[in-house]
Amino acid sequence: MTEANVLVVLDGVGESLKKSQLELLSAGRLLGTVSVAATAPVGEAVLAQLRENGAAAAYVPDGADLSEYLVGPTAAWLAEVVSASEAQGRPVRAVLLDNSPTGRETAARLGVRLGAGVITDVVGLEPDGTAHKSVLAGSYEDRARATSPVSILTLKANLDLGSPAAPAPGSAAVTPVAVPADALTRSARVTGRAAKVSSGRPDLTEARVVVAGGRGTDGDFGPVEELADALGGAVGASRAAADAGWVSHDLQVGQTGKTVSPQLYISAGISGAVQQKAGMQTAKVIVAVNSDPESPVFEIADFGVVGDLFEVLPQATAEIKRRRG
Amino acid sequence: MGDTLKIVVLVKHVPDAQFDRHIGPERTLDRSESILSELDEYALEAALQLTDARGGDKGGNEVIALTMGGPDAANALKKALQIGASSGVHLSDEALAGSDAWATSLALAAAIRSLGEVDLVITGMASTDGETSLVPAQLAEHLGLPQLTFASSLEVSGRTVAIQRDGEGVTETVEAELPALVSVTDQANEPRYPNFKGILAAKKKKIATLSLAEVGLDAGQVGAAGSLTAVESAKPRPPRAAGTIITDEGDAGVKLVDFLAAQKLI
Ligand SMILES: Cc1cc2nc3c(=O)[nH]c(=O)nc-3n(C[C@H](O)[C@H](O)[C@H](O)COP(=O)(O)OP(=O)(O)OC[C@H]3O[C@@H](n4cnc5c(N)ncnc54)[C@H](O)[C@@H]3O)c2cc1C
Repeated sequence: MTEANVLVVLDGVGESLKKSQLELLSAGRLLGTVSVAATAPVGEAVLAQLRENGAAAAYVPDGADLSEYLVGPTAAWLAEVVSASEAQGRPVRAVLLDNSPTGRETAARLGVRLGAGVITDVVGLEPDGTAHKSVLAGSYEDRARATSPVSILTLKANLDLGSPAAPAPGSAAVTPVAVPADALTRSARVTGRAAKVSSGRPDLTEARVVVAGGRGTDGDFGPVEELADALGGAVGASRAAADAGWVSHDLQVGQTGKTVSPQLYISAGISGAVQQKAGMQTAKVIVAVNSDPESPVFEIADFGVVGDLFEVLPQATAEIKRRRG
Repeated sequence: MGDTLKIVVLVKHVPDAQFDRHIGPERTLDRSESILSELDEYALEAALQLTDARGGDKGGNEVIALTMGGPDAANALKKALQIGASSGVHLSDEALAGSDAWATSLALAAAIRSLGEVDLVITGMASTDGETSLVPAQLAEHLGLPQLTFASSLEVSGRTVAIQRDGEGVTETVEAELPALVSVTDQANEPRYPNFKGILAAKKKKIATLSLAEVGLDAGQVGAAGSLTAVESAKPRPPRAAGTIITDEGDAGVKLVDFLAAQKLI
């Protein structure tokens, strides 16, 4: 697939590109020449980053604010972008999106529009477009490919790309593409938004370190948060902890929560039920602290401590601070 | 037609995650030890709450449980009928085996079209085997429906459906006109269990079996032939090398940091 044209979809672009968005661009370069479809207009700083990262074109929506709708109109617009790219002599062979729920659903609807195969939960990518995909709650890894002329892949953060070449600068020429009006008529509209309080910690799904607490915290997430902060990591939780109202459901890791693949996952006071493992067992290194030696989490831990999290976590936090001086 | 609702709920027969799950030599999932997907119970409950509030079946409402799969998949329908669905529809054809999300959603869309006008399609947030969340969105696209996915609550008033959902850092309210597709999370409700009355009542309820031809599709459009993705290999993840387990003797926090340092994680 090398030297194919690859469309990288960037959703929720802020003042500058996030690490996971830069990673999508690297993944795109592994497969070919990258163009970008940003779901909202982008600023000059982002354009400069896109040029540095080799983007040949940047498509932005024209005529409607896609953020007012759930995925349907975005998928319809992306289908237009694919046509526009083809009309400019750049037929798209692959579309890459992030693996968030929105990314996967946008991919799903775009797949139907383009008659393109969709592969989700991609954890590794080969230059010929073969994807490594984590399945069955992370217990299996498939190698899969789309058999259609266009393939659509949704990529997890901290993806394995081998060693991608450094980018040659691209022009990132901005091309507005109209949002098709009929896409908006039968769509779900966002009629209200209430922002939640931000913790200031890194985003859970892309964090390199996650410290997660469960029912064993008994509602006191202090030791979990302090260790996360000492490690510059994000805080996660089991469903039991989220259901108890101790932390926001946003922090839930697992089958019905977020899937994370950090370098390090520290599980504290979590038993390690299958639904919890589903969200974290692709972490590179797993550390578990649990007072019950029979807890299933120890079956997957690289380093396990049978002990009280209220003793072990604060001591570890203090030790990290001491070593850093 | 007053305030009645005709709702299709998708139910799937999936391997029980409590047991070790295996991918067989044909690169397809071993489906012994299967159950009604837990995540679909929330979809069924959501449908039942909406119709209960409008007088249930007697009030002219309908909750149709729809599944696609081999003969065993009928077990998921039976459970759904026991819990309270009005009737079941089983799309069953050997040619469907090995369908990817594209082929599955194409077939389910055809089955739903064959049921006439439907107000709502409700699904779980994901299947517990495929886990992709692709099917609800692809189904919505095939049927030309607005999708309101990952609902933590939903409400229908008149011809408008409104949901709440947790976005990244925000809670959103989303609305659409019926007909629409809604997927619900495990936060949406507490699913009810089948009771004795429900189990008896289920025996009188109908399960219609549909073939591919009856929904207007042919074998080439589904199964491996109609799929747009192919799995080349499936390997169990290498088991994690046996880790070190220590018992805290007062210094486990320090040992934990030693381990992190040795792994170059700090
Ligand atoms: C459909 C469905 C979806 C689900 N989705 C998810 C999901 O996304 N994520 C998820 O996490 N779960 C999910 N679950 C729930 C899951 O099955 C478990 O119930 C849940 O993960 C248990 O959380 P826990 O480990 O915190 O609690 P418990 O199982 O109660 O475990 C608490 C642990 O803390 C330990 N402990 C207690 N005190 C201390 C102490 N002082 N120091 C150290 N250790 C201590 C105990 O030994 C125990 O192992 C789902 C379940 C269903 C049915």
